[in-house]
Amino acid sequence: MLLIHCPYCEEARPEVEFVYGGEAHIARPIDPSAFSDAEWEKLLYIRSNPRGRHHERWRHTHGCGRFFNAVRDTVTDVFETTYKAGEARK
Amino acid sequence: MSGFRLADGGRIDRRTKRTFSFDGKASWGYAGDSLASALLAQGQMLFGRSFKYHRPRGILGAGVEEPNALVTVDRGPGRVTPNLRAPSVALHDGLAATSQNRFPSLRFDMVALNDQFGAFFPAGFYNKTFMWPRAAWEKVYEPIIRRLAGLGDSPTTRDPDHYDATYAHCETLVVGAGPAGIAAALEAAANGGRVFLLDEQDEIGGGALSDPAQWAWLAEASAKLAAMDNVTVLSRTTAIGHYHQNFVVAAERLTDHLPVDAAHGPREKLWRIRAGEVVLAMGAIERPLVFEGNDVPGVMLASAARTFALRYGVAVGRKLVVMAVHDSGWRDALALHAAGVPITAIVDLRRDIAPELAEAARDARIACYPGYAVTKVSGRLAVDGVSIALAGVGKGLKLDCDAVLMAGGWTPTVHLWSHAKGSLRWDENWGAFLPDKTHEDLRCVGACAGAWDFGSGLSVGLLPAPKPLHESKAFVDFQNDVKARDIGLAVQEGFRSIEHIKRYTTNGMATDQGKTSNLNGLQIASGVLSRPVTEIGLTTFRPPYTPQSFGAMLGHHKEALFQPLRKTVIDDWADIQGAVYENVAQWRRARYFPQGSEDMDAAVARECRAVRSAVGVFDASTLGKIEVVGPDAAEFLNRMYTNPWKSLEPGRCRYGLLLGEHGFIIDDGVSARLAPDRFHLTTTTGGAARVLGMMEDYLQTEWSDLNVWLTSTTEQWSVIAVQGPKARRVIAPLVEGIDLSPEAFPHMAVREGQICGVETRLFRVSFTGELGFEVNVPAEHGRMVWDAIWAEGQKHGVTPYGTETMHVLRAEKGFIIVGQDTDGTVTPDDAGLGWAVGKKKPDFVGKRSLARPDIVAPGRKQLVGLLTEDPQMVLEEGAQIVADPNQAVPMTMIGHVTSSYHSATLGRSIAMALVAGGRDRMGDTLHIPMPGKTISAKVVAPMFYDPEGSRLNG
Repeated sequence: MLLIHCPYCEEARPEVEFVYGGEAHIARPIDPSAFSDAEWEKLLYIRSNPRGRHHERWRHTHGCGRFFNAVRDTVTDVFETTYKAGEARK
Repeated sequence: MSGFRLADGGRIDRRTKRTFSFDGKASWGYAGDSLASALLAQGQMLFGRSFKYHRPRGILGAGVEEPNALVTVDRGPGRVTPNLRAPSVALHDGLAATSQNRFPSLRFDMVALNDQFGAFFPAGFYNKTFMWPRAAWEKVYEPIIRRLAGLGDSPTTRDPDHYDATYAHCETLVVGAGPAGIAAALEAAANGGRVFLLDEQDEIGGGALSDPAQWAWLAEASAKLAAMDNVTVLSRTTAIGHYHQNFVVAAERLTDHLPVDAAHGPREKLWRIRAGEVVLAMGAIERPLVFEGNDVPGVMLASAARTFALRYGVAVGRKLVVMAVHDSGWRDALALHAAGVPITAIVDLRRDIAPELAEAARDARIACYPGYAVTKVSGRLAVDGVSIALAGVGKGLKLDCDAVLMAGGWTPTVHLWSHAKGSLRWDENWGAFLPDKTHEDLRCVGACAGAWDFGSGLSVGLLPAPKPLHESKAFVDFQNDVKARDIGLAVQEGFRSIEHIKRYTTNGMATDQGKTSNLNGLQIASGVLSRPVTEIGLTTFRPPYTPQSFGAMLGHHKEALFQPLRKTVIDDWADIQGAVYENVAQWRRARYFPQGSEDMDAAVARECRAVRSAVGVFDASTLGKIEVVGPDAAEFLNRMYTNPWKSLEPGRCRYGLLLGEHGFIIDDGVSARLAPDRFHLTTTTGGAARVLGMMEDYLQTEWSDLNVWLTSTTEQWSVIAVQGPKARRVIAPLVEGIDLSPEAFPHMAVREGQICGVETRLFRVSFTGELGFEVNVPAEHGRMVWDAIWAEGQKHGVTPYGTETMHVLRAEKGFIIVGQDTDGTVTPDDAGLGWAVGKKKPDFVGKRSLARPDIVAPGRKQLVGLLTEDPQMVLEEGAQIVADPNQAVPMTMIGHVTSSYHSATLGRSIAMALVAGGRDRMGDTLHIPMPGKTISAKVVAPMFYDPEGSRLNG
């Protein structure tokens, strides 16, 4: 079971307190109607799925309830860092 | 009968006898014996029959690697455990063990005839032998294979035992309490941190238990560990897996080593241990050699014979031949000789033997055959001799013996290292993979790290032989009956990856997970392919390290504790009324309230008629509820839902439709605006948490500028639905401060006031099509208000109804249930809910997707009603629909039935269905093929009752 550091609680807590939230830094556009079908498809469904460093969202559901971002290595599952939502990509 | 108890030696207590039975026959041993050592001491060589060929099998190893001697231990009703390894079963008084996989008896097995027709089970036999005819699989092949193959019998009755579970944290966790593990634990403990030392055996010591020279040290070290407050030593505890960040799961066996009547408390305990540092000291497992007849009972690992002699005081035979390719075989032979076990010869494939070993063997008067290999083992139920030949092919001779000891080198136990994704490197000297790099705070010590001086040897599994590979009966995986020639065949048939070869031949796939066979299989494949081992790779190690009970995995999570059962405050009342329940999400909900001998159909018909003609009460408390508060609440909901919310006046309700960003319906519910900055949302029962999570996501990450608070209030409010033409009359005497007149309180309105003296949010809403109210009161008053409504309702013939009636009534009105009439691919338009989408809204979640090409394309499945030609025929939910019932099979399916009921109100069946281009098929007849018949039904609008909505006013 992973230990995940919640940047809001400032504590490492067991994975069961968290819910995975998919790839991070995919902002919902202000005006989706300006997107072409192809662009919208990409935004909705196409994910980077890297081998290695992955920026992803987690929510401390059974804790503070906050969404935050993390950099996790998809090969080793090691968390490089976690940081608050709204902070720049690390 | 060749094994016997040595006159002295061993760690057994010769003053304490233990009686037990094997295959119903009484036997005995000493305290400290394992089942295997006690039986070997009695001369038993035959322990079981093999998986495919039912070949006689004896003991191979002295530890958890044992592939052959699997037994079933019977500790009373429900306490029968199959596939236990005899060397790992501690002897106790009354132990009742039986051998497995024999028919009718161990010595005489009828199925062993299979062995004469070995071609019956070549590599990949499942894949190629039984391909056709398909019908024969169920009736012929499967029953035969089930009779022939298999390992033990599953228990058939409920396990009455209890299993404990706990968490622990420590600075250092040491897995394996051999000399290296004990040293690591002592070193870590000296630093003052918390230390856990785990070992799978009955006592700690590991390899030192088979080496009397180390016993004094072992006793001293054990006492030292026991005296330290910061050290926890757990024996009979198997570390079964290493998970992320040094999280190790271990199963401790608490009672199986005790006589049945002395076993109290939980049977096992599952430890979940988080450690700062993990030290693996798991040792190494000796490798068998692969030669003709290497599975005859009496052929075993040299290290096993050594353990039986030095730890248990048992000689495995009276005339032993050692077949070695490694120095450790010589060392074991010499130790056995010193302990009084007669070694007659050492055969070694190597021509050059270390002089000190050769000299010691000569001094011990042991015949030595350097450069020779065993080419054949004679005997069927037990070894009675071996043939050896120079380099396996030269001039041969026969040796008389009753046991053959194999010394094929050692395989470090890197299982947990690999669980932790630690990398491995090939080591030529070991002829095995050793731990290399890891990102965890994890290290290996002792033999599993390759740090053990055990001499040198060849890394050869398969011995040279006079017969070609495809004719030999040399076994690689004893438990799964995989021969060297099966691996050859797999390669010949084109398999190259070791992962594929493993699955095709089943090498390493038995309950021992290839502890003795993986490396040999790999080396044989490497030889046949003429490619180095490192290019062929290694199969993946996966937890658990050894087979574990389901009970230990389950722990306390069974029966009522399996998962939480949510109950409303009205649940007790329904119980007293004799409600039949169904589970919805984690809620227990009353499904119907049978009276007398009514079945569900009769009860539901009566409940439906009562709601339509008088009044019914329904516990709707499980509805998800979210309080949305803040100056931007209306703006927020406007962005989330398809409907317009800004224009909704306080005191009014609206049916809200929630889409995912992909445009498909994910939830719905009626919500009320209580004040300009306050909404009371409802969601589906199962969707409550998901919807709140989704809203929090948007609020926190996309629209953090909005000033809105979301609070789950599902369990704060009890919801009592009062539905039917007499609904108003039932609640009127109980309500204060709310004008209930239709003019003052129209349909889809909400009012705050009091009922029975407590605050209420009173909704005038209807999921039945009748005049209806949903009385929301604080949960602590829910039961009191329900009782008051029930009492008042007696004057009006009130009837309680359950979820089944609720479903029928809503289907009569064509109201959808998200998740039943939708399946995650249904848009608002597909569901006929286009009216709920705000056309003028610039944006909402999912709006852009509603314009995607596939969403606007014609021919999408649309929700329609179906009326069967035979009005009494109720369609099956999920049934597939076709346009032409006479077309060739496989037919083109154009949709499926989503909801189907008998409607007492209409006196006929009704159904809803998703049908391709459904709204263009109004009036058409479609067909639903079912076993033995095809049902015809007419497509109609999904609205079967009161389409004008006149009944909403009572």
